[in-house]
Amino acid sequence: MATFDDPYDPSKPLSRLGCSCGRHASQADHEVDHGADTSSGSEARLTRVVQGAIMRALFPDDLTRRNFLRAVGTSTAMAAVAAFLPVGLATEALAASGPLEKTDLKVGFIPITCATPIIMAHPMGFYAKQGLNVEVVKTAGWAVIRDKTLNKEYDAAHMLSPMPLAITLGAGSTPIPYTMPAVENVNGQAITLAMKHKDRRDPKQWKGFKLAVPFDYSMHNYLLRYYLAEAGLDPDTDVQIRAVPPPEMVANLRADNIDGFLAPDPVNQRAVYDGVGFIHLLSKEIWDRHPCCAFAASKAFVTEMPNTYAALLRAIVESTAYASKPENRKQIAEAIAPANYLNQPVTVLEQVLTGTFADGLGNVRKVPDRVDFDPFPWESFAVWILTQMKRWGQIKGEVDYAAVARQVFLATDAGRLMAEAGLAVPAATSKGFSVMGKPFDPAQPDAYLASFAIKRTG
Amino acid sequence: MNVSLNVRAAVLSVGILVLFLAAWYAATTGSGPVAPMDPEYAKLMGLTATQGKSAMPGPLDVAATLWGHLRDPFYVRGTNDVGLGIQLGHSVLRVAGGYLLAVLVAVPGGFLIGMSPLMSRALDPFIQVMKPISPLAWMPLALYTIKDSGKSAIFVIFICSLWPMLINTAFGVANTRKEWLNVARTLEVGTLRRAFLVILPAAAPTILTGMRISIGIAWLVIVAAEMLVGGTGIGYFVWNEWNNLSITNVITAILVIGLVGMILDQALARVARLVTFPE
Repeated sequence: MATFDDPYDPSKPLSRLGCSCGRHASQADHEVDHGADTSSGSEARLTRVVQGAIMRALFPDDLTRRNFLRAVGTSTAMAAVAAFLPVGLATEALAASGPLEKTDLKVGFIPITCATPIIMAHPMGFYAKQGLNVEVVKTAGWAVIRDKTLNKEYDAAHMLSPMPLAITLGAGSTPIPYTMPAVENVNGQAITLAMKHKDRRDPKQWKGFKLAVPFDYSMHNYLLRYYLAEAGLDPDTDVQIRAVPPPEMVANLRADNIDGFLAPDPVNQRAVYDGVGFIHLLSKEIWDRHPCCAFAASKAFVTEMPNTYAALLRAIVESTAYASKPENRKQIAEAIAPANYLNQPVTVLEQVLTGTFADGLGNVRKVPDRVDFDPFPWESFAVWILTQMKRWGQIKGEVDYAAVARQVFLATDAGRLMAEAGLAVPAATSKGFSVMGKPFDPAQPDAYLASFAIKRTG
Repeated sequence: MNVSLNVRAAVLSVGILVLFLAAWYAATTGSGPVAPMDPEYAKLMGLTATQGKSAMPGPLDVAATLWGHLRDPFYVRGTNDVGLGIQLGHSVLRVAGGYLLAVLVAVPGGFLIGMSPLMSRALDPFIQVMKPISPLAWMPLALYTIKDSGKSAIFVIFICSLWPMLINTAFGVANTRKEWLNVARTLEVGTLRRAFLVILPAAAPTILTGMRISIGIAWLVIVAAEMLVGGTGIGYFVWNEWNNLSITNVITAILVIGLVGMILDQALARVARLVTFPE
């Protein structure tokens, strides 16, 4: 189910595979055929995001939700849930129109396409619409963006989704409660290799490679390590993985300093554009719809300035909704290409955002969901990230996966409210995802971790 | 003879420049091998890949870019895209801030060390350890403790331009000619008067040499520091254009950085000439 769909519609699945009737490739096609009204106002959309979040938390298992809705009827279900859960309140909190505590905000970003919703909200007026005067400031690297956010120079910032978890846990920095109210993008990364390796497409042949990732605490690092480990390579001993800031990656690849990288776009497409490398694998082929970058703010900002926070989050959610529509992508590419934002040729960004791209080997590939934008911060994402942090020795000892995930990824604690109200809480077991075909069960993180042959845990 | 030496040197300089530009031009005009490409695919690729155009710009490209920047140095097209003149202004202001702070600390500090053998011995190990530390090594520490990226950049300038001035001042003060000090003592000149009227003029040329070395270092450091913290300044400009793999703009920035560095150095050289005295 798309984040912006009606979660009370029993005909719609919560997953994205196919449509509700099963005859269309996607729910969008289904709705075009059935003439459904997909255009809805921003208020309605916000309500849906909140309701969707609650329904997901209540019914992690899609089948349970649909059966429940069919059994009791949609209106009864809505009334029942509304009686126990403050759907209206939650929506109001997000749509709060109280006086803004602060209107001049600074939001930091790294110039990569993951930050699209944060960046485009500036030239396309999503911040202004909320009465905010936001300055989007380009920042040189992840460590700097972390420090500037911790220093309160930025009110909120674009971060890699593992970073708020790492900051909260105090891995690589002092522990400070951090929140991640929205994911920016899903997919949108790729493994790019130097042209000279175009005949070595099997990762088993990559022994001794020097590979780059943007940051130690990044999805890129975990996905690359996962991919290599699945091929039987130990990412710590068989290859060298180093952290290289994205803008330096193409230059290093050209200089033959590294053999390849798992990097955010536009770096991959830029390497192809300049004839330096080819796209070996899109990250969606490792884990389809994995989260990547996030919109993060300190817990202090969230609690001290609730109205400003709500307005900012509203702008980001609206902007993300706009970016999630394929027909808007060309316009967005043009809006974020100038030197003030990404500073890249428009054609490179268009290829990244529309998914019709040159792969560097002479083929034009069409992958419309090469990158997509979806703001919902699933807690199971956080749990997976935590298992990988533990797998590679970034965090030691016992981790209360679920608690940290909930604290950081601000999804609703609807399950707890349900239990207090005496309702049966469905066991959150089957709502997982698969990474390279291996299913992940967020309720069993330790078992998942133990199932890997290559790991750094003692 | 003197005039003719200048003329000959100028001719040689121009000759070297022309030779360098010609070699640069020749090295970048050639086009590399081009693989045949499907037109639909070629549309998605850059010039380097489709026409074998060298990724390195020629002197003409750089001249055109430089002219573009010089024609409109003060534009503002948003927070992250302002003219080269404004970027340079940010950098010069930061250097000035850090450098002046360093002067305020280094000159009195150098006097203290130079006039007291005890302090000189006691502080020497610290100075020797602090002196060779790279500016970039200070940056994470500064960001963490000062909690402000602008002030951190100024702090890094300060800490890096401090040592040459401190050491040179101490050296100049310690090596004031004994005769002059003895004359002052004979005339029963007070410590303060001795410091300002005898030692300061005597040590001034050495102090100025230290200040000249320091300004050079400060200007070197600012580019690195701004590349690291970003936001504004000429270092940020280089980083931003690197991000876009625009070598043309990077070379333009290198030229401008060199020119500004030379102006700063020459300005201090002028001041140094004012305080130099014949022995």
